[in-house]
Amino acid sequence: MKVINKMRLTVPAKSVNESFLRAIAGCFAAQADPPCDVISDVKTAVSEAVTNCIVHAYPSSSGEIVMAAKLTSDGVLYIKISDKGRGIADVRQAMEPLFTTSTSGERSGLGFTVMQQFSDGVAVRSKPGRGTSVTLKKRLISPDAEKKSDRKGR
Amino acid sequence: MLIKIALDRVTVYLSGEIDHHEAARLRPQIDDALMRKRPAEVELDFSDVTFIDSSAIGLVMGRFRVIEAWGGKVAVSGLTARQKRVMKLAGLDRIAEFRESEKGDNTNESDQQNASDGSGQVG
Repeated sequence: MKVINKMRLTVPAKSVNESFLRAIAGCFAAQADPPCDVISDVKTAVSEAVTNCIVHAYPSSSGEIVMAAKLTSDGVLYIKISDKGRGIADVRQAMEPLFTTSTSGERSGLGFTVMQQFSDGVAVRSKPGRGTSVTLKKRLISPDAEKKSDRKGR
Repeated sequence: MLIKIALDRVTVYLSGEIDHHEAARLRPQIDDALMRKRPAEVELDFSDVTFIDSSAIGLVMGRFRVIEAWGGKVAVSGLTARQKRVMKLAGLDRIAEFRESEKGDNTNESDQQNASDGSGQVG
């Protein structure tokens, strides 16, 4: 499918950038004119992926987060959020609901579960010591909705 | 955020976007009030909250851990339908009571769109 727009952004892994990156992702998704709740879905999933980078990727040093997105002509959004941090040894375990390495009792261990709930696909690639990337897929416009708006003559 | 302290209960009026960054900022302020008053109940009111992710779940779970030390309870109010969906992923309805906010329904986020679809709730 044809890519009609794309973007790429690098920010330091600071928690203040959680709201910044999800706002950018929401604005980028809005170009396809999806329903409001679909934009909220995108923002929620991006927020989880970015938070994971900030909480886990760089425990002892500073580092960067890259968010790259593309929008295809059939209304599908792909957002890849990656870091060059410590990586995840066991991705399957990390994605299990309620699994967390945090001992504070303040992290729910539901980041990947929320990403899965609010996206149409979550792909995780990670290499210990090299970094992690999470690719979120979200269908912004359902094919039916497109037909309906055609009929309305918009 | 506004924290209202009554005789035996603490009500926390949250606002804006509750993510990991905000939760880390709010947590010590809420816990300070809880530790000082040791109330029978803390209510977290989300009526003016426009966005949550799983960090809000962590915020509720963490306060449950604090208050259960003296047998207190947690209540959560003013959630949008969408926010409830996030909270229930964690089974939070098992440790906290979900209730209506005294401030009325939360019409933020996607619910706002429903409200503008002719139900006449637009303020």
